[in-house]
Amino acid sequence: MAQIFHRSTNTLSKLSIFGAVFFLAGLGGIASLVIRSGFYTQIYVAREQPIPFSHKHHAGGLGIDCRYCHTSVETSSFAGIPPTKTCMSCHAQIWADSPTLEPVRASFRSDKSIEWNRVHKVADFVYFDHSIHITKGVGCATCHGRIDQMPLTRKQNTLLMEWCIGCHQHPEENLRPRSEIFNMAYEQPSASAPVVHRGESYTRQAALGAVLMEEYKVQSLTACATCHR
Amino acid sequence: MRTAATFARSFAALALGAAALLLAGCTQDMATQPRYNPLRASDFFGDRRSARPLVPGTVPRGELRSDAKLYTGMSNGLLIDSPPFPITRADLARGQERFNINCAPCHDRTGYGNGLVAQRGFRHPPSYHIQRLIDAPLGHFYDVMTRGFGAMQDMSDRVTPEDRWRIAAYIRALQYSQHANVSDVPAGERNKLNRLPAAASVPAGHVAVPPASQAPQKESK
Ligand code: HEC
Ligand code: HEC
Ligand code: HEC
Ligand code: HEC
Ligand code: HEC
Repeated sequence: MAQIFHRSTNTLSKLSIFGAVFFLAGLGGIASLVIRSGFYTQIYVAREQPIPFSHKHHAGGLGIDCRYCHTSVETSSFAGIPPTKTCMSCHAQIWADSPTLEPVRASFRSDKSIEWNRVHKVADFVYFDHSIHITKGVGCATCHGRIDQMPLTRKQNTLLMEWCIGCHQHPEENLRPRSEIFNMAYEQPSASAPVVHRGESYTRQAALGAVLMEEYKVQSLTACATCHR
Repeated sequence: MRTAATFARSFAALALGAAALLLAGCTQDMATQPRYNPLRASDFFGDRRSARPLVPGTVPRGELRSDAKLYTGMSNGLLIDSPPFPITRADLARGQERFNINCAPCHDRTGYGNGLVAQRGFRHPPSYHIQRLIDAPLGHFYDVMTRGFGAMQDMSDRVTPEDRWRIAAYIRALQYSQHANVSDVPAGERNKLNRLPAAASVPAGHVAVPPASQAPQKESK
């Protein structure tokens, strides 16, 4: 039988096997870039919402506590999204004829829920729980950023697994006193702005973090089953 | 021949592996599983709510409301003037926290009815420090929170009955605070008045600590 391939294809095929290693590595590299990219994580992208609800106005300007609307954040895995009734507790009188708020009034009249678009969402195979983070001294702003300065809600962190793990390995770097959880303007202790906790003044996060780890009995949870259960 | 077959096989394996990796990126079945997460929209129910309203008359386990005083603030049709359970210091602190979250936007933190939302056009609520409300029984405040009053919506879906009592107790404390004298403070506690900012864990230097001679005689804000 006549030879189908010329002898030189031997070298070619060897080369391409060698090259495949780089090709696959390259693919992996690109994939890891893509999933970290803003295109995939939608970080910093404000979602279109049925009503242009502004945390800057409500939480920042009016100083309304997060828990006025996100009522279950301290006790449940789910932070809670306010029902239309909560909006109407003020908007029955304030801006009561504003066209922007017509969807709110329509929802109240017709008893149809407002359908907000989710901004933060971890995959369903991940278990996330707000209450534990709040109880152990992780502030809203650590994960959600300065919500009180956002005209439209956007994501400030990737919510990728490496982000969760990064903190779970060293929680002491991100802990704050429980009294400061809802304080959006809280800043970690520094020499110029010390943080007072139980009468002691701290100028370094390392010192404060160590005390809080002890006081709140915080563990470093990195076992897969913590989040994938 | 053997080597060619091995090459072919390893090639196929590699190609399959690469395809699997690529495909893994596309399937999101595990990421959005066919289940209802809290408040997720439903295509099954007509109103698109996965959270179903309770059938009227349902009593959730542990929520049988048999204690009329606790749940209505009334006894024999009259508003009660004492809380249905003893209020401790921790209860008062909790009441203060819940008051600042749920009430202060309109009533302001001192209870004069001048909160930011009222300043932006909501009807001004009455001050807690008028005679009518100073004389009102404690149950009145509970009742207003439970059923609403005038322009104010009820808070029954947002604040638990126990917390409503704690808030009512805190409102009483606020009322006392506005016409209290230094002599009302137990002698042993009086020197704390001079150290208020420290006790409230305000960073040193952020609030001027009044010198002992100027300790607040009568607080008026
Ligand atoms: C007046 C009511 C109100 C207050 C007060 C409020 N929120 Fe919200 N929040 C909403 C509503 C409504 C949405 C849904 C619309 C949106 O995403 O902007 C929302 C959405 C969010 C989301 C995004 C949810 C998602 O879809 O992933 C976060 C995070 C959040 N709020 C955090 C906070 C924090 C932190 C505070 C306190 C500083 C706060 N909120 C105070 C009403 C409120
Ligand atoms: C505690 C009172 C309060 C609650 C609760 C509240 N708002 Fe508001 N909202 C206000 C006030 C006050 C303003 C006007 C702000 C200003 O004038 O600076 C406002 C302004 C707005 C505006 C801008 C109106 C315009 O025409 O520009 C929108 C939109 C809005 N709110 C949506 C909502 C939604 C949606 C909810 C429910 C999740 C909600 N608000 C809950 C007090 C409230
Ligand atoms: C440890 C990080 C972390 C902290 C701290 C945190 N959040 Fe979240 N938040 C998340 C994540 C992750 C999600 C997405 C959850 C999901 O998809 O199930 C989320 C979702 C939300 C949502 C959408 C509803 C929900 O529960 O899915 C709201 C509202 C919200 N957060 C408000 C808050 C408020 C208010 C605080 C402060 C009291 C807070 N969060 C603190 C990480 C955090
Ligand atoms: C800024 C720090 C921080 C980030 C970011 C963070 N966590 Fe945590 N997480 C903590 C701390 C602190 C604890 C409490 C550990 C303990 O129990 O002592 C905790 C506990 C948990 C628990 C245990 C809850 C339980 O009931 O056992 C889960 C699950 C969890 N985190 C999931 C997540 C997920 C998922 C993410 C990412 C979306 C995340 N966390 C991001 C700090 C963080
Ligand atoms: C602190 C919480 C946490 C822990 C601990 C954790 N994961 Fe994850 N994991 C996540 C989150 C959040 C995601 C989702 C990321 C996303 O949505 O892109 C995830 C995604 C994944 C994925 C799917 C990737 C994809 O997009 O298909 C795998 C596989 C995985 N984790 C494996 C593990 C293994 C193995 C461990 C133990 C070594 C582990 N995880 C521990 C939070 C965690």
